[in-house]
Amino acid sequence: MINFALDIGKTAAPEAALFYFLAPLSVFAGIGMLIVKKAVHSALLLAWIMVSLAIFYIAQDALFLGIVQIVVYTGAVMMLFLFILMLVGVDTSDSFTETIRGLRAIAITAAIGFGGLLTTLIGRATFNRPITGLTSANSEGNANGLAKELFTQYVFAFEVVSALLITAALGAMVLAHSQKTRSPFAQRDLSIARFRKDNLKDAAGLPSSGVYALHNAVDVPALLPTGKAAPTSISAVLEARGDMIESSKFQLQQEEEEK
Amino acid sequence: MAIANYLYLSAILFTIGAVGVVIRRNAIVVFMCIELMLNAANLAFVTFARINGNLQGQVVAFFTMVVAACEVVVGLAIIVTIYRSRRSVSVDDASLLKR
Repeated sequence: MINFALDIGKTAAPEAALFYFLAPLSVFAGIGMLIVKKAVHSALLLAWIMVSLAIFYIAQDALFLGIVQIVVYTGAVMMLFLFILMLVGVDTSDSFTETIRGLRAIAITAAIGFGGLLTTLIGRATFNRPITGLTSANSEGNANGLAKELFTQYVFAFEVVSALLITAALGAMVLAHSQKTRSPFAQRDLSIARFRKDNLKDAAGLPSSGVYALHNAVDVPALLPTGKAAPTSISAVLEARGDMIESSKFQLQQEEEEK
Repeated sequence: MAIANYLYLSAILFTIGAVGVVIRRNAIVVFMCIELMLNAANLAFVTFARINGNLQGQVVAFFTMVVAACEVVVGLAIIVTIYRSRRSVSVDDASLLKR
């Protein structure tokens, strides 16, 4: 007779309720991650899964890991993911055309096989000792117990991990560094470019807005000595957007009275 | 509820992450699916720590988190570098070695 029920201890009712509420939600969020088109939605669903995993850690007497999960994963790692998504462009949605024919069907079949194998393995496993739980290991507090393990038995691994962190930071700096191929335009370069133009009309620079008008805001064209508005004195964007204000409105009233 | 249910959840999340790595084309989503797989493994470690009654599983989960953080930093830097030169984060576009 095959013993399918894994006999490794039972949990109290509140934890069971928490599990049966959060576990299906996180599985649905995981499936949603695969289905949704936009990468940002995937990131938000992953953040949800990570928060529910943090709750599971805390429910399983791993208080320190639960807090670290929230701070490091949902706080730092997911923010990094969103940051890169914003940098690369949020609007880039994934194309769902298959580049290898039948890849999706094969992947899903393989996943069902793999998942089935894993779950049946867990289902058929037996554990020969009684479940002790973490009450004795956590008697001095979870963080203290973890620190005792980390700084005695695993201290070498801890040091190696610190070296890994420094290497990763250096690697990221080297990868993200870009060599500049030309120096940025300085005022001197711009001045030289103005004098090398076909005619020297703008050699002294374009007129600034509102010089001869009463009003000197950027949306008011300057008045030329002839009394006409100078179109080059304001930004072409403002003109195209229709935000240009007539400079004749700001002419001195006295002049009109004299006439 | 049996404690093994956490292990089942871990197995399911790991499988979902593995499928995502294979079927999604966006490099960032592929990366997030790898994170999901690492997290699922962490859940299994924490559950085994509870089953065994000592904190060694939690220590391993802690180290996994550190390594995952390093991996995210370097991986995202690689994605940004690829995006800078190819203007795309699709894993199909980065096939220069093939041709």
